[in-house]
Amino acid sequence: MAEESAGDRYLESARMLVQSLEAGDEMAADKAIDELTHIRETVLFKELGMLTRELHESIKAFRLDTRLSDIAESEIPDARDRLNYVITMTEQAAHRTLTAIEDSINRVDVVIGKAQPMRENWQRFRNREMAVDEFRVLCRDLDEFLEASAEEGGKVQSNLTEALMAQDYQDLTGQIIRRVINLVQEVEENLVQLVRFSGGRILEENAASADKNKDGAIKAEGPSVPGVDKGDVVQGQDDVDDLLSSLGF
Amino acid sequence: MELDNEMKILIVDDFSTMRRIIKNLLRDLGFTNTQEADDGTTALPMLKKGNFDFLVTDWNMPGMTGIDLLKAVRADPELSNLPILMVTAEAKREQIVAAAEAGVNGYIVKPFTANTLKEKIDKIFERIHGEG
Repeated sequence: MAEESAGDRYLESARMLVQSLEAGDEMAADKAIDELTHIRETVLFKELGMLTRELHESIKAFRLDTRLSDIAESEIPDARDRLNYVITMTEQAAHRTLTAIEDSINRVDVVIGKAQPMRENWQRFRNREMAVDEFRVLCRDLDEFLEASAEEGGKVQSNLTEALMAQDYQDLTGQIIRRVINLVQEVEENLVQLVRFSGGRILEENAASADKNKDGAIKAEGPSVPGVDKGDVVQGQDDVDDLLSSLGF
Repeated sequence: MELDNEMKILIVDDFSTMRRIIKNLLRDLGFTNTQEADDGTTALPMLKKGNFDFLVTDWNMPGMTGIDLLKAVRADPELSNLPILMVTAEAKREQIVAAAEAGVNGYIVKPFTANTLKEKIDKIFERIHGEG
């Protein structure tokens, strides 16, 4: 009921009360007093309603506050650990790649170093400038060279695979960084809500976002980070194989 | 039974670096007929008209995830028998169980080795040929 109509009703009942008292009509005066009390109670209930609503809003805002303190207490340190893990992983990947490259450079250098004099001797042989004894030595060197280059080639090949595999850090760290970005975004949204709330009124829809991510479907969580992700995480491929074989795989 | 090197393989991962790694490893194993997709939404239409023999997929991808792709393939009568290998960083037991229940043929956790990939592919096709 609107404010002015409550005021009008007060005025009307008050006039009635005065008129009744002046006329000496006690029953009518009692009725007017009852009416005044009733109006008074209605206003009280309305105020109580408003108080309840404010309390409700405050509780909702408090829930947002706990989400923020949750982020501050556990998720920010958690994100810091994740980012540190990213540094460790990228460092390891860089070293793996560099080690494979350095080892390959040494091996290729050796092969090139052996090939150069061999080529000169081979040219002399083709030009018929080589004595039989020298040719025997060349044949032995050639044997050794072919064997060594096959062996070195194999090692360079596995170094290349090693360097190739080391690049998996980009995928794994990318997934971890993406997760931290999501957290930063959530912090931003919560701060905006907090500013909105302390500046005045909180919007109904904002409270709902605190309850997201609650449906039952199985979710992707990205790579597990040692020391951060506790719980039921497998430790490597052997664990996966054991688990799957226990399921009849 | 020997593996068919002409086998047509679809590699699904949102990270192009990981797709290149898997593609190169498969090439080392003798499989040169590979194609790539960056999530389930792109992969599914390719699978439907592409006559693929084998699917290698990541789990965590924006758009359609690997687990949803797995379920979609198993639900499609034309594709339901396609062998699927999951190569993913998702390492929770409940996730591996969920993938197994959805009908995955093999599960590799990242980071993995070239040897693991070979082993799992061999095992998948051994079993398929054994049953067939």
